[in-house]
Amino acid sequence: MDAMTDDLKRADDAIDFRAEFANSGVADVFDELERDLVGLAPVKKRLKEIAALLLVDRARARFGLSAVSPTLHMSFTGNPGTGKTTVALRMAEILHRLGYVRKGHLVTVTRDDLVGQYIGHTAPKTKEVLKKAMGGVLFIDEAYYLYRPENERDYGQEAIEILLQVMENQRDDLVVILAGYGERMERFFQANPGFRSRVAHHIDFPDYSAEELSQIGERILAGMNYRLSETAADAFERYIELRKAQPHFANGRSIRNALDRARLRQANRLFNSERPVTADDLETIEADDILASRVFSGGIDSYPPQQKEPNG
Amino acid sequence: MRITQGAFSFLPDLTDEQIAGQVQYCIDNGWAVNIEFTDDPHPRNTYWEMWGLPMFDVKDAAGVMFELNECRKAHAGRHYIRVSAFDATHTWESVRLSFIVDRPENEPGFALERQEIDGRRIHYRTTAYATVKPEGARY
Repeated sequence: MDAMTDDLKRADDAIDFRAEFANSGVADVFDELERDLVGLAPVKKRLKEIAALLLVDRARARFGLSAVSPTLHMSFTGNPGTGKTTVALRMAEILHRLGYVRKGHLVTVTRDDLVGQYIGHTAPKTKEVLKKAMGGVLFIDEAYYLYRPENERDYGQEAIEILLQVMENQRDDLVVILAGYGERMERFFQANPGFRSRVAHHIDFPDYSAEELSQIGERILAGMNYRLSETAADAFERYIELRKAQPHFANGRSIRNALDRARLRQANRLFNSERPVTADDLETIEADDILASRVFSGGIDSYPPQQKEPNG
Repeated sequence: MRITQGAFSFLPDLTDEQIAGQVQYCIDNGWAVNIEFTDDPHPRNTYWEMWGLPMFDVKDAAGVMFELNECRKAHAGRHYIRVSAFDATHTWESVRLSFIVDRPENEPGFALERQEIDGRRIHYRTTAYATVKPEGARY
């Protein structure tokens, strides 16, 4: 990029954004994003907007126009399992390819990593984390736990103050992404107006539709060299419909867990079967493996398993 | 008298950008960067006070610069501050690079003392003028 800086002095020079987009390597990340992540159309759209802004800023810098480095702190809101962490990881890569962060690593933390246990413990702990994340992206999962209004002596406030200070003063060194469930994040932002003004991009992750969920399931299985038999695929679709209506449904994560349990049952079935096992058997998940789930009998298929009848 | 210890000490003082560049070089080599300070400038004073812990898991120079600025807030102008990089790889296990990043505004230098002993033999001894005063009140 530096080599080209000198070439672009005249006003009639032009930049081809398409070539620029391809050269930056961001195009590859977006292709991967499109391939790997089902649905999430609004999220992808927003990411592209941000990428476009950064590319345009870069182009402006080449023409010598002032390019104020944009605030890129983000907040990801959405229900559990909607892909917030996965997108954050990609975000780090996109920002790295666009040259906005220098290293492009992602540091994932929760309240425990930031807030100390006694007076004077919080500041060093928070600073330690911030130092580690510099040059990359700091992802604060369930950020609303940082603020506990019910306890006015909670050390979370101290962590928030340090965070805000670094978010403001070292915008070039670090991008902070806050994530959490929509409603509680909203309350968190209301209680900490400083955060809202420093976070430029609020991205909402929608829930997946049943169709998207079954696509996710297929991808998870394909990644592990499994496949669903035809009857199993039907059963799985029914499973999704039922599970979606139940409480504690965590979108993609529930699907992953359900499939993990199906694999467990498949292994058990194969282990107990009388006949020799072929490669095809090892690969295929049958309808029985899915239908054995408690969801079909009205229970919730989640850990810890709920005990239906008392022991003894 | 300007103290010359470690790398780059015959050059003009490094700017923050240059320090960050050197630190990034150390990090890219996998060395742990430390910040140390002292107010005893004697060349044989090898072990300086550490500012915080060695930064093993910092990936970017900005993290080190953050700590350095914290250290400066506390000690700049009254202490020497140096950055050293420790290489933990087997067979090295020692400091690979060390350079002074901050020094007191006024460095009085050293006195050379001669002591006659055993007839006409002479012992030489250098004392920093600064160390006449107690620790913490030297600069």
